[in-house]
Amino acid sequence: MVEASKPAREEILGRVRRALAGVEPGYAVPPSPRIAPVSDVVAHFAERVADYRAVVERCSAADLAAGVAAALPAGARVVVPAGLTVPVPGADEDAGFTAAELDGYDAVVTEARVGIAETGTIVLDHGPGQGRRAISLVPDRHVCIVRADQVVPDVPDALPLLDPRRPHTWISGPSATSDIELDRVEGVHGPRTLHVLLVD
Amino acid sequence: MSATFVGMPAFPAAAHAALGNAQLRHNLAHATGTIRAKRQRLVDELDASCSWEELRLAGAGVKESALVDLGTHLERLEETLTANGATVHWARDAAEANAVVAAIVKAHGVDEVVKVKSMVTQEIGLNEALAAEGIAAWETDLAELIVQLGDDLPSHILVPAIHRNRAEIREIFLERMAAAGRPAPADLTDEPAALAAAAREHLREKFLRAKVGISGANFAVAETGTLVVVESEGNGRMCLTLPEVLVSVVGIEKVVPTFHDLDSLLRLLPRSSTGERMNPYTSTWSGVTPGDGPQEVHVVLLDNGRTNALADEVGRQALRCIRCSACLNVCPVYERTGGHAYGSVYPGPIGAILNPLLKGVGHDDQVDSLPYASSLCGACFEACPVRIDIPSVLVDQRAKVVDAHRGGRPKVEALAFKGAAVALSDSRRLGLGERFTGLGLRIGRRFGASKWTSARDLPPAPRESFRAWWRRTEGGGHGG
Ligand code: SF4
Repeated sequence: MVEASKPAREEILGRVRRALAGVEPGYAVPPSPRIAPVSDVVAHFAERVADYRAVVERCSAADLAAGVAAALPAGARVVVPAGLTVPVPGADEDAGFTAAELDGYDAVVTEARVGIAETGTIVLDHGPGQGRRAISLVPDRHVCIVRADQVVPDVPDALPLLDPRRPHTWISGPSATSDIELDRVEGVHGPRTLHVLLVD
Repeated sequence: MSATFVGMPAFPAAAHAALGNAQLRHNLAHATGTIRAKRQRLVDELDASCSWEELRLAGAGVKESALVDLGTHLERLEETLTANGATVHWARDAAEANAVVAAIVKAHGVDEVVKVKSMVTQEIGLNEALAAEGIAAWETDLAELIVQLGDDLPSHILVPAIHRNRAEIREIFLERMAAAGRPAPADLTDEPAALAAAAREHLREKFLRAKVGISGANFAVAETGTLVVVESEGNGRMCLTLPEVLVSVVGIEKVVPTFHDLDSLLRLLPRSSTGERMNPYTSTWSGVTPGDGPQEVHVVLLDNGRTNALADEVGRQALRCIRCSACLNVCPVYERTGGHAYGSVYPGPIGAILNPLLKGVGHDDQVDSLPYASSLCGACFEACPVRIDIPSVLVDQRAKVVDAHRGGRPKVEALAFKGAAVALSDSRRLGLGERFTGLGLRIGRRFGASKWTSARDLPPAPRESFRAWWRRTEGGGHGG
């Protein structure tokens, strides 16, 4: 089937070239505008994340372990990625669980790569402390740790910090749908609860 | 399996039928009004802090820069995807793309796949093609699930089941879910939260066992071989992450040159589409990541008429479209007829130009009627985040329809008369119909005879502007 696509490739590229005959290939893209600076980017981030009906709590590094424990319901089965810097007593470290095995967990605790204040977005690049994409997807509760120094003002500040070779998951609030009469319902397939711990 | 649009009547007849459906018109007016208000609030918010217009210019510029050098960027994309461990396929048309996907699925010996909502796989009729090969393609977006279980057609790009109300959705779930897998609970209510929970349970068993996932892509970055999918529910993450094999069908116009080019587009799309600062989930992946997600990744690059559109000097800009649906939500014709009347997966103002551009005019009355499904009021251009001048393309397409019929069947007057006139008034209002006929013919004469050369020129204004007419007649004034 790969062989069969060879003539298709040549034909499509040929048609593209013919379609653009005489068109100047260079095009100066105008720079995208930057938003006006906000005085407290971290507070702005907290507000914007909470706007999506996510739970946002600020805490000190010393209180983080207690904050994580408090964000997990009593008796919850918890999965954590390798490299998580906060101890989560009783949690299982991801050992390459299958999707069905992950479905047996109630919650996941991860760190993040970047927080984007203007849009209230958390970006995971699935490195150490964040884990494979599946572990922060299948369990119903995602406790996500974001450090204040990871928060940037807007999307154009976040992109240069991200390595495009890695997979990314941009998370802006819990899973949601408005497909039924445009009534917003939180939680369809992704975690229905997003609990963000913002560490000062 | 969902129904298809094949054999739809031309826009005027279909619009006339749709106008009689009170439920549809009520749902559409509510939906488009709600999304319009949300979008406007966020556009104003952004405008207060920087400039929406500059952001639009940047977004349009990114897409334009990709299109004017499309061959180079496509070759680069193939190179980077391949270097990242993905397999790249090329497909000239729907049949080729469907055959590639079916062959991959069969090679893994499975008879079902899970799908992320994707316009392009609807465009090529992938579900039907897979069904013919004995492969079930499960739609996993809530609205698409409603459409699929109801053996129905999508009616809006963003909210495809907007023509259904909660009571109808409950009925569909109770009657149809069992045949497709896990049944809906017998005590299912019509609360949206309960309906969403039923969909969650129904689909979860499919996600957990799926071997092959199928997606489209919102953007494909040439420089880095990165695909991007923007979504809300998490069904996209499920399909992109859990299966062992991932096949993404990507129109060749989805390419953007650099990773940084995503900046303006990711800021424009959710605000224009759902009226959110950012959609709940955006996934990016660059081929295969060892130990994380699908370990076999395919990308099918699809033409299917896009090079026709690219060759059209005026129409080329339609390939900038990022499928946000803002133009649908501001369109007075769409609001009154709904998506089905356009007879295509691409409805509304963008559909009225994209379908004739992809398929060519002069072969099919249904396609030829679409450029007339507009009053040229210009609201779509104002709303479009990538500044597609839809009214100018409509006028140019009308001229091409006229040219195609020259010396042949004298159909153009009929099309011009019936297009927007049916949708906006009622064919019984002959006085108004005549006004539209006159306008259509003036445009046809002017542009059919001379070559339309500049994309920047605006179409000639009708004697009475659409907005003025709308106000004077209270929007056509008919209940339905
Ligand atoms: S034409 Fe513009 S407004 Fe319409 S869907 Fe495409 S990008 Fe959105």
